[in-house]
Amino acid sequence: MLNSSFDAIVPMLCVTAGALVVMLAEAWRNRDERMPLGVLGIIALVFAGVAMGLLWDRNTTGFNVIVADNFGLFVSIVLVIVGILTILFSSQVVDRDGIPAGEYYALVLFAITGMIMMAMANDLLVIFVALEILSLAVYVLTGIRRESVAGTEGAFKYFLLGSFSSAFFLYGVAFTYGITGSTRLDRVGSYLAAQSMSDNPMILLALGLLLVGFAFKISAVPFHMWTPDAYEGAPAVVTGFMSTGVKAAAFAAFARVFLASFEPFSADWAPLIWAVSAATMIVGTVVGVAQSSLKRMLAYSSIAHGGYLLVGLVAANQVGKAAILFYLLAYAVTNLAAFGVIALVGTRDRDNDSLRDYAGLWHTHPALAALMTVALLSLGGFPPTAGFIAKWYIISAAVSAGYYGLAIIAMLTSVISVFFYLRIVVMMYMADREVATVPAPVSRAGMTALAMAIVAIFYLGILPTRVLDLAAESIATIF
Amino acid sequence: MLLSILVALPLVGALLLLLIPNRDGSRDGLMRTAALAISLAVFALTLLMWARFDASSPEFQLVERYAWIPAFGIDYSVGVDGISLLLVVLTGFLTPIALLSSWGSVERKVKEFSIFVLLLEAAMIGVFIALDLFLFYVFWDAMLIPMYFLIGIWGYDQRIYAAVKFILYTMAGSVLMLVAILGLAYLHSVANGNYSFDLLRLYELEIDPRTQFWFFLAFALAFAIKVPLFPFHTWLPDAHVQAPTAGSVILAGVLLKMGTYGFVRFAFPLFPDAATYFAPWLALLAVIGIIYGALVAMVQPDMKKLVAYSSVSHLGFVVLGICAMNVQGVQGAVYQMLAHGVSTGGLFLVVGMLSDRRHTRLISEFGGLKKVMPRLTAAFLIITLASIGLPGLNGFVGEFLIMLGAFRWDARFVVAACLGVILSAVYMLWMFQRVYYGDVTHEENTTLADLRPREWAGVAPIVAMSIAMGVFPTFFLRPMEPAVTRMVERVQASQPLRVRNEMQNAKCKMHTGCSGGVGVKVAATSTP
Repeated sequence: MLNSSFDAIVPMLCVTAGALVVMLAEAWRNRDERMPLGVLGIIALVFAGVAMGLLWDRNTTGFNVIVADNFGLFVSIVLVIVGILTILFSSQVVDRDGIPAGEYYALVLFAITGMIMMAMANDLLVIFVALEILSLAVYVLTGIRRESVAGTEGAFKYFLLGSFSSAFFLYGVAFTYGITGSTRLDRVGSYLAAQSMSDNPMILLALGLLLVGFAFKISAVPFHMWTPDAYEGAPAVVTGFMSTGVKAAAFAAFARVFLASFEPFSADWAPLIWAVSAATMIVGTVVGVAQSSLKRMLAYSSIAHGGYLLVGLVAANQVGKAAILFYLLAYAVTNLAAFGVIALVGTRDRDNDSLRDYAGLWHTHPALAALMTVALLSLGGFPPTAGFIAKWYIISAAVSAGYYGLAIIAMLTSVISVFFYLRIVVMMYMADREVATVPAPVSRAGMTALAMAIVAIFYLGILPTRVLDLAAESIATIF
Repeated sequence: MLLSILVALPLVGALLLLLIPNRDGSRDGLMRTAALAISLAVFALTLLMWARFDASSPEFQLVERYAWIPAFGIDYSVGVDGISLLLVVLTGFLTPIALLSSWGSVERKVKEFSIFVLLLEAAMIGVFIALDLFLFYVFWDAMLIPMYFLIGIWGYDQRIYAAVKFILYTMAGSVLMLVAILGLAYLHSVANGNYSFDLLRLYELEIDPRTQFWFFLAFALAFAIKVPLFPFHTWLPDAHVQAPTAGSVILAGVLLKMGTYGFVRFAFPLFPDAATYFAPWLALLAVIGIIYGALVAMVQPDMKKLVAYSSVSHLGFVVLGICAMNVQGVQGAVYQMLAHGVSTGGLFLVVGMLSDRRHTRLISEFGGLKKVMPRLTAAFLIITLASIGLPGLNGFVGEFLIMLGAFRWDARFVVAACLGVILSAVYMLWMFQRVYYGDVTHEENTTLADLRPREWAGVAPIVAMSIAMGVFPTFFLRPMEPAVTRMVERVQASQPLRVRNEMQNAKCKMHTGCSGGVGVKVAATSTP
């Protein structure tokens, strides 16, 4: 047990403090006064990011249950980036759609707190608490547009199914406690490694239940049914936030639980996750082809990307673990850029997210069209973007672990997914502009966020060495 | 530095063009001139590269290597040898011609058009000079995007279908190649302890035949789609017909060569045993492609589609030459790559001129054009004869060497291939006769303009090259000979192993007493 220190929870405290300040500011706000609540959020996130940078390589633990090791810090930095980009995109959307600003930003910040806690947790119960914090915030964010029927339906579906999955997860935690006598991940890991419990059905049951809980959160097949509806109903910015942040936090916890603690039983869960990964990639891509709403299409694409991340989990070698980290970062900036563009193209009354609304976007908003194209090419895995390096890294993990079949499935579904990404590009560039509503000019904050995301995409795509090395270093601390 | 400048110059040019605002199209002239100037500068640099090339050495020259992702053994390493040298020069040669041809036909979004052509040029040169498999794959996939936009935005009526088909078909082949590339790097790490994507190191790798089998298939699929080899050719007619003239010239002239280049550079030397095993099958597909392409070309009413199928036919010859795996065959194949690039580029150029004037590509719409446009007719005649393989022009040298090499390997393929030569004469000359000879059948054709100066500037170099390559072939053959010899030796070096094993097995079958000991005996004699 390393030195238990208060420092480990400082990043989380920064974000929580930010959320509380936003709530208080909102409470004291006069009716028509405009407050820079988003700026408060960004300041809090920047402080948290700086704190994480200072904690790097120090491997501090907090209260024995939060461990600020490099792995957790890497994912947390990804979450901070996600948060900053989300808030930058949100400012225009909040004003335009009449979303209650104080509640919105406070919920986003609380969700990020939950995500950071989940990434840094060393205890199954703390993972559960973090899961609940982030889930409740995200459920409300999904339905925050009260006039939107789709939003309410999506939020309700998410809430109902999410509660079920949390219950499954808790049940799995209970079984784990029953077998190993502890919920601390390191104690669970050492207990399982010491005893040869391969014939104990309770362990397999616990594994299965935990798998269900995690699989729901990362939208793996067959627990993905909530994703298209929730993603379509939520405002596009929230969808971007959910698809990247929740996935990152969930994968971090998933990796910790399965690759560290339950590693002795990898012969049992690896084939299972192999099947889930293959099914997720295939279903995500094939069903995505049939969609005509952009948000639904990207929802299925998110499902497919969860499948690619699972490939890294199956591979379970050093390359695979580092590949998951890199993929989370690349996927976060790319997906947020794509959803950011969708958010900026919408108007208050209509989401404007059917394919027809993008026809000829090149003629009216060439910069937006070009940035969307880069984001889509990155999602499709074309060089020289971040998505290509991320896919290549994950596939190389699969190949070096001998999972050629999974690698081939991943690459072939990649090609199929290019089809529906290209459909959007075709609409933007090769169709004539015939839509009645012209989207509003893009706000400065939105353009800044998009520019940052695109720079990150190209940086990760052309000069990935530094980040790849960081990812490889990060996993050394726990695995 | 020179090779990196070759790739960087069009990229930087494209970025500069991007920054110049041109929303209302007022600066179209500037865009066109700037793009042409940049591509001419690149061509000049390729000639400089040729001048600096030592034609007697089989090694890679002008090599640059910088560490890129050291943890994975990925370097930015580029270099040229005799095989890729002239392909790079071909790229530099055809891009200005393609740009020139677009001055009359591309009126909308000229800035974006120029940017995409320059990006495409950078990616194409990158494919030919990459010596690191990862870098090669990056350029290979990156090349698809500008081409997709060129077809999809500035193409003809079915352009979106053609563009999407092009990109998905090619990408599907290349993703399996990516898995094989990663597998190769992994095998290298198993053998030597560290990952490496460096081509020269991977040439030295000993791979067991079963693994070679699968890896070769993965690479071969990607390249067979690009060649295009029957039956993976179905994307080509659509892409060619729907692409704008400049796109067709580049597609036929350079992009198709990447498939055959891939066979020569990667598939055959990296996996010699698998290559020797599959060569007869590839040659069979090539010969089927030659005859099938020719027969289908014969019945096309659309000129561009006819030329597209003729490409399928001619590139079948190239694959046949490669499969022969001897110096004549492979040299003929590389030479034919260059000749086909020049002559088919020229064919698409002239067909594009006709279609710009009349906005139709149907043969029946033309007729008797010799009376109206004698100079265009003359130029087209020379290019047609070069494409057919008339001695004295460039097509003959390549085809002759290929058939010579293939005959020494397996005469049956050559017999069928010769049929293709006759058929290509049939469809090309018949098309030429219907379009240019006879009486002027349509009123509209009588007022068509002959070659304008700008068009002359595009056609004249191609005609000159067709004649020069036909009359002075040694000049172009000399740089490639050492590299081709080295490559053939590399592939054939593994064959004695197989031959020895087979001889040993045959001997053992004659003596009845060594059924169990065959394996031991073979192993004893085959250790080098």
